[in-house]
Amino acid sequence: MRKVGWLLAVFVAVGLLGWAQAGAPLVLDKPSSLANISLAVFGDSAYAPAIMRATNSKALVDHTFARISRLDEVLPAGAKLWIPDAAWAKAFLAVWDPNRVEDLFGGGKLVVGSWWTAGGEAEGLEALFALYRENFPDVVIVNATVAGGAGFVFKAVLKPRLIAGDPPDTFQLHAGLEVEGYSPEVYLRPLDDLYAIFGWDKVFPPDLLDLMRYEGHYWGVPVNIHRSNVLWYNKEIFAKYNLKPPANWDEFFQICEILKGKGIVPITLANAGGWEAPHLFETILASTLTPEEYRGLWTGATPWTHPGVTRALEILKKILDYANPDYSAHTWDTVLEYIAAGRGAMNVMGDWAMGWFMAKGVDVGWAPVPGTKGVFVALSDTFAFPKRAPNPINVIGWLEVCGSKEGQIAFNMRKGSIPARTDITAEERAQFNPYLQSCMEDWARDAIVPSVMHGAAAPESWVVDFKDAINLFLVTKDVAGTQAALVAAAKAALGK
Amino acid sequence: MKLHPARLLLYLVLIAFALYYLMPVYVLVVTSLKSFAEVNLYRMWNPPRTFSLESFRRALFGGMGYQGLAPNILNSVIMVLPATLISAALGSLNGYIFARWQFRGANTLFTLALFGMFIPYQSILIPLVQTLKSIGLYGTIPGLILTHVIYGIPITTLIFRNYYATVPKELVEAARIDGAGLLGVYRRIMLPLSLPGFAVVLIWQFTSIWNDFLFAVTIAQNPAVQPVTVALNNLAGSFIVEWNVQMAGALLAALPTLLVYIFLGRYFMRGLLAGSLKG
Amino acid sequence: MWFKRKRDQILSVLLVLPSALAILVFVYAFIALTTYVSFSNWNKLVPDYTFVGTANYLRLFQNPRFLITLRNLGVFTGLFVGGSLTLGFLLAVLLDRRIKAEGLFRTIYLYPLALSFIVTGVVWRWLLNPGSPQMGSTGINLLLEMMGLGFLKTGWYTDPRIGIIAVAVAAIWQMSGYVMAMYLAGLRGIPEELREAARVDGASELQIYRFVVLPLLRPITFGALIVLGHISLKIYDLVVAMTGPGPGYSCDVPAYFMWELTFRANRFAQGAGIAIILLAIVSILIVPYLRYSLRREVEA
Repeated sequence: MRKVGWLLAVFVAVGLLGWAQAGAPLVLDKPSSLANISLAVFGDSAYAPAIMRATNSKALVDHTFARISRLDEVLPAGAKLWIPDAAWAKAFLAVWDPNRVEDLFGGGKLVVGSWWTAGGEAEGLEALFALYRENFPDVVIVNATVAGGAGFVFKAVLKPRLIAGDPPDTFQLHAGLEVEGYSPEVYLRPLDDLYAIFGWDKVFPPDLLDLMRYEGHYWGVPVNIHRSNVLWYNKEIFAKYNLKPPANWDEFFQICEILKGKGIVPITLANAGGWEAPHLFETILASTLTPEEYRGLWTGATPWTHPGVTRALEILKKILDYANPDYSAHTWDTVLEYIAAGRGAMNVMGDWAMGWFMAKGVDVGWAPVPGTKGVFVALSDTFAFPKRAPNPINVIGWLEVCGSKEGQIAFNMRKGSIPARTDITAEERAQFNPYLQSCMEDWARDAIVPSVMHGAAAPESWVVDFKDAINLFLVTKDVAGTQAALVAAAKAALGK
Repeated sequence: MKLHPARLLLYLVLIAFALYYLMPVYVLVVTSLKSFAEVNLYRMWNPPRTFSLESFRRALFGGMGYQGLAPNILNSVIMVLPATLISAALGSLNGYIFARWQFRGANTLFTLALFGMFIPYQSILIPLVQTLKSIGLYGTIPGLILTHVIYGIPITTLIFRNYYATVPKELVEAARIDGAGLLGVYRRIMLPLSLPGFAVVLIWQFTSIWNDFLFAVTIAQNPAVQPVTVALNNLAGSFIVEWNVQMAGALLAALPTLLVYIFLGRYFMRGLLAGSLKG
Repeated sequence: MWFKRKRDQILSVLLVLPSALAILVFVYAFIALTTYVSFSNWNKLVPDYTFVGTANYLRLFQNPRFLITLRNLGVFTGLFVGGSLTLGFLLAVLLDRRIKAEGLFRTIYLYPLALSFIVTGVVWRWLLNPGSPQMGSTGINLLLEMMGLGFLKTGWYTDPRIGIIAVAVAAIWQMSGYVMAMYLAGLRGIPEELREAARVDGASELQIYRFVVLPLLRPITFGALIVLGHISLKIYDLVVAMTGPGPGYSCDVPAYFMWELTFRANRFAQGAGIAIILLAIVSILIVPYLRYSLRREVEA
């Protein structure tokens, strides 16, 4: 009993250190049933199955641990058990279906679905896998990625699987209304209990939590935050022509006029993926509307006939006059070659562009998109928990890693985004590159609005309609017609 | 040796067309031999300044954060060989029956089979997945093989039917007078003559199944069993695309079918000459 | 003897039965299901089979993007099928003239068939990238410049007026070799006596082609039409790899739009509607031709 009490002290200490070790070993000094051990360690005998599972997992890789075959087994003296940390044990009880006896025996797989296949994002994913393996070495991780921007192909692979009842254990999901497209009430497991157990509802910022909530529940655990409204510019060109980053669209077009005809594309644009130009448009919307008005567009509070929308369309139309004519041949990354080669001055893209610039060794300047200072158009990648995940207990650990500070720092440093958690200390922050540090500062104080092109603001069917309307606009330049199409899209989505 | 101006013109035209057909391969090869720093969209026609097989190595064995194509090539082979052979066998049998044994409604059945070929496969993905799941083959290579065999039936049947239709009636008659029945005629007359037909069907099916992406990505979702087309698509990411590695990967993935056409192309031609695709 | 005939009749049916059943399920049952779905209300991930009549079709035809894809499909099919047939026939005629290194030329014209549309799309995306005034030309435009033909430069797939035509160029490149192989085989199969006889009768070479050769090649044209037509209607991989939907949807095709509708917007019912519309187009165009040709064969 005394030994157990001492162990409890260790847990508390470990718990205070953050998520370092998922528990501690315990050697029995006399025969005991799992129920009694659970009572002694956790104060409640109900955690017996959690202890059984944790021990069996350890036993698969380390044979000094006991192998427990029945819940009601009385274990002999000298048996070595693994006591999981309290949070994980609670989560286990919340997730475990008592009919699934196989879950008590450890091992199995963790099938992780995403579209992160190359570059920094794949490295970030690997970092998360490495952390997971440290604590759950008995689990085989299956990296089920499918390439294709914004999950274009991945979603088409995932959806038949969800319908057929054979989903991966966890998959990448944008925070926000994208979850609507997965009919979460049918296919996904709500994570409210896990949020409470792991304290995520205290450590993620309230704006993000609002975003994560759909139909009153949380459906994913966010790993990062990306910012969509960033203006990247070529520092040399700006220095040469004595320019500073434009604070509003008038200044922006003045710069364009100065640079036009000098063999430099003032504002570079891409649209081969069909989403890059609508991405630009969403940042313009964030500049012509206040944050409340912008948010209202997606809830129906702001009508799409608002003059802010008209003005945004007109700004986009004017931008086209200064943009490179081959935009439909460029994806978001290939068009950055203009800036790298000194032939393009500015570009609007999310902060994943920073990763591209760093890989190419370009010292690029950044600023908020004109008119959006103080506004953070946000998107976030999260991981969801399908109801019929084949290895549900393994998912708990995965979500824990994703939501943990250690996991988020490791992932984001490689991916080029910022952690979603608010408890990053100043010295941890210093590990990130200068852009990301400034991004973290902005995240803490700017008004946060959801990105539409990246699944946060609107359900996917609306996103597709929005995207189609803007894509046609690029060619027709018909402001009135496009605004009408946007109105119709909102009507179709909101049902009014 | 008449080097008639008309003849010269003929050769020039043929060479011009040959250049047109070879131009893309030039770009593919030249780009895959360059290093990432040298790869540039605006200098695509320039030969590589330094020859580097690095992109091939990375395409095969993986690089920073991505996996190579090597394990998936094996998956493709395991999938393609049985699928090709089985669908060819089925096509041969069916083609023979449709060509020679007109049972009632045969023509209608044949038209229906051909017509069914036109449905876009994207639209039947969901029932396909559900059906495969219900017979326990979803996510497996045998499931992929079954899918390719079934959807290959119309085209293989078409090719063989047209081929067998050109076999002279007298041969068949002679065999039947000798007492051969349906299977006897097949075994004694048709099968020995089938080589050119098989050449066309095997090459055609090998190519379409090897190059298929849609079924591969939908059915084989476990990376361990994915064919090379899916792995090739994964060489790109939603991030930085190393063009030289992508092009090298594309070349490697296309190598088996390319080799088949280059070395076995004459059998394909002979098969066509023997009437298999005459209509 | 009749007993054997009877046995063979039954055997013939039995042998095609497995294939027939497989087609019945994997093609026609699925088509039936897709048809039903196109009349249903399935607009979320959870299947919803309530009948809503033709609402989905109406919505499709009111969608400007859909109408553009239909137009593109028409243009693409016409160009692709016509272009491949013409180029393939031309190459076959040229190669039929006892060329040295015929095998080499044949292989060169034929090998693109070995590539998947994805590989073709990636390469032709580079080739038909027009470049820009600031960064310089690239691809074919660069070649034209280098040959002094710079005035022929166009925006290719970045120009909404061209759009799908650029995709057709890549597709013709890939498939014309196959048509060439077919026609070459067909030409070789025409007995020389027939041509001689026509020549003796005083016909010019051109007339021989028109009145002797081409009619005899009709079955090949038919076979090529089936294969090319079926590839054309389902064209998808090439568009994805090469251009995406293109500016103003000028490169978009129904199969691509269907993919987006179904798997991004979750409008499964509308996606099914597109599939049925494509099938309907096929029926109207191909089926009568199929039946007519089959009947003609039986008569022959």
